[in-house]
Amino acid sequence: MVKFKSLLKWAFIVLALFFIYAPILFLTVNSFNESDMIQSGWKGFSMDHYRYFFDFDNEPIRVVLQTIALALIVALLSTILGTIGAIGIFYSKKKVNGTLSALNRIPVINAEVVTAISFALFISFFGLDKNTYIPLIVGQMIMCTPFVLLSVMPKLRQMDNNLYEAALDLGATPSKALFSVIIPQILPGIIAGFLLAITLSLDDYVITAYTKPDSFKTISTHIYGLSKNNLTGPTIKAAYWAFTAIIFFLIVIAVVCANVVSYKKTRSKK
Amino acid sequence: MTKNKPKLHFSRKLLAIPYGLFLAFFVVVPLLIIIYYAFTDDAGKFSLDYVKYFFSENGDSFWDFFTSSNFRTIMRSLFISLASTAICLLIAYPVAYIIAKSKLKNKSMLLLLFIVPMWVNFVLRINALKELLQFIGIYNRSNGWNIFNTILGMVYDFLPFMILPIYTTIIKIDNSYLEAAKDLGATGARAFTKITLPLSKAGIMSGVSMVFLPSMTNYVVSNYLTYSNVKIVGKLIDDYFMGDLWHDGSFIALVLLLFMFLVTWLTGGFKADEITETRGTSLW
Repeated sequence: MVKFKSLLKWAFIVLALFFIYAPILFLTVNSFNESDMIQSGWKGFSMDHYRYFFDFDNEPIRVVLQTIALALIVALLSTILGTIGAIGIFYSKKKVNGTLSALNRIPVINAEVVTAISFALFISFFGLDKNTYIPLIVGQMIMCTPFVLLSVMPKLRQMDNNLYEAALDLGATPSKALFSVIIPQILPGIIAGFLLAITLSLDDYVITAYTKPDSFKTISTHIYGLSKNNLTGPTIKAAYWAFTAIIFFLIVIAVVCANVVSYKKTRSKK
Repeated sequence: MTKNKPKLHFSRKLLAIPYGLFLAFFVVVPLLIIIYYAFTDDAGKFSLDYVKYFFSENGDSFWDFFTSSNFRTIMRSLFISLASTAICLLIAYPVAYIIAKSKLKNKSMLLLLFIVPMWVNFVLRINALKELLQFIGIYNRSNGWNIFNTILGMVYDFLPFMILPIYTTIIKIDNSYLEAAKDLGATGARAFTKITLPLSKAGIMSGVSMVFLPSMTNYVVSNYLTYSNVKIVGKLIDDYFMGDLWHDGSFIALVLLLFMFLVTWLTGGFKADEITETRGTSLW
């Protein structure tokens, strides 16, 4: 009876994992399929989709690289703004602290489409030019910066405040104390916020679609656009299968590495 | 406290100014612009016309609202989002519970397996699901599977957001409560409903608030998996703006904004910290 119960439990876990991984695995297998139409079945092993993907004459690799570049710019700016903001808000009076923390949560909880259209209205209201990329970068920062702030805040709360005071008493200027005492202590939060901002930016569709220059494409908008035009679609889409498979392989490698590291850690403890 | 301290504290406070201004300009002002557009006409004068259009696009009676396409879209969204949230919960709770209660040494690694697919771009993931559904044969132009596919897509996309907060609350439950219940003669089921379930309520609530609203508005999923045949509230707003109907779009966005405040209030206040924690855990 007990055995049956635990069997049932693990069957449930395996089923849930299957649900989560089936689409990605299915695509990974088909990234090696010679055909770019899955419905036509297996047409033999081929690396064509990978070759197409890595060819700089074709769009996908360029779109991927410019998406990553955008994410790095947005994440960097969001991290700077969010970290400075977090320190400022943390040391502000209760009223200011409460108001700004509440405002900071609006983009986190708000439906993305509402954030996107409200900012799109802002753009046209003040006549900003989307081709300058500034609306795109600011739009993504609206979405990313609150998460940076929320990653840094807990670290500020855990921080030992006496160290800052001690640094000042020992003659450090406030800015020196800020950079050599506060920043190192909250660094894990800053890094977590930076990484979070990168993933949010890479993933985004709605805000990007409303704020980007017309000719600019990110991974999300490129694939989403493909579903609407079926002429050049299939080849490019198949190239993205290859890209999905590459990310999947990277994830597998990362998880295996993490497993090995934690296994070694537990062994060395013994 | 020496005399020069207040001045130094003052300088740290000043760091709040740039982000304060950023929030005021790019979060508050845009929301004010939405309110402005919702209640004015093309000439910029105060007008309730667009509020009226929303409630009765064809007739002039308020009761026509309940037969209008806007009403149907809202009901459809609510249904999709309630179903997605419920299914997410039905899958996520057992998964989180089993992992948290397992005797595995490396529970977090198993948990990680449920989280890492979030590293794949979400449109790529939805595209993968679409290809699989097409292969199985339930993604096609006949509309039979549309609602099913939409709900499946939402569950597929948002499941990790339900699993993580529930897992973190269950793992924190002190085992001695359950031992005490057992000693006092409670059955396993009773101990679960009287102890584990109430103590994991906070996790359920934050999971629900992270799945419910996005699955009402994430029109990328519903469009992608149904040849754009299923219209949800997010798409309604998008359509109005793409058709340059800013006033109508703004009013619905405003309604959605108020609804968001209502939902976050009902699910126990702002859950922003948990959302960050959940997204953060996905990066380790």
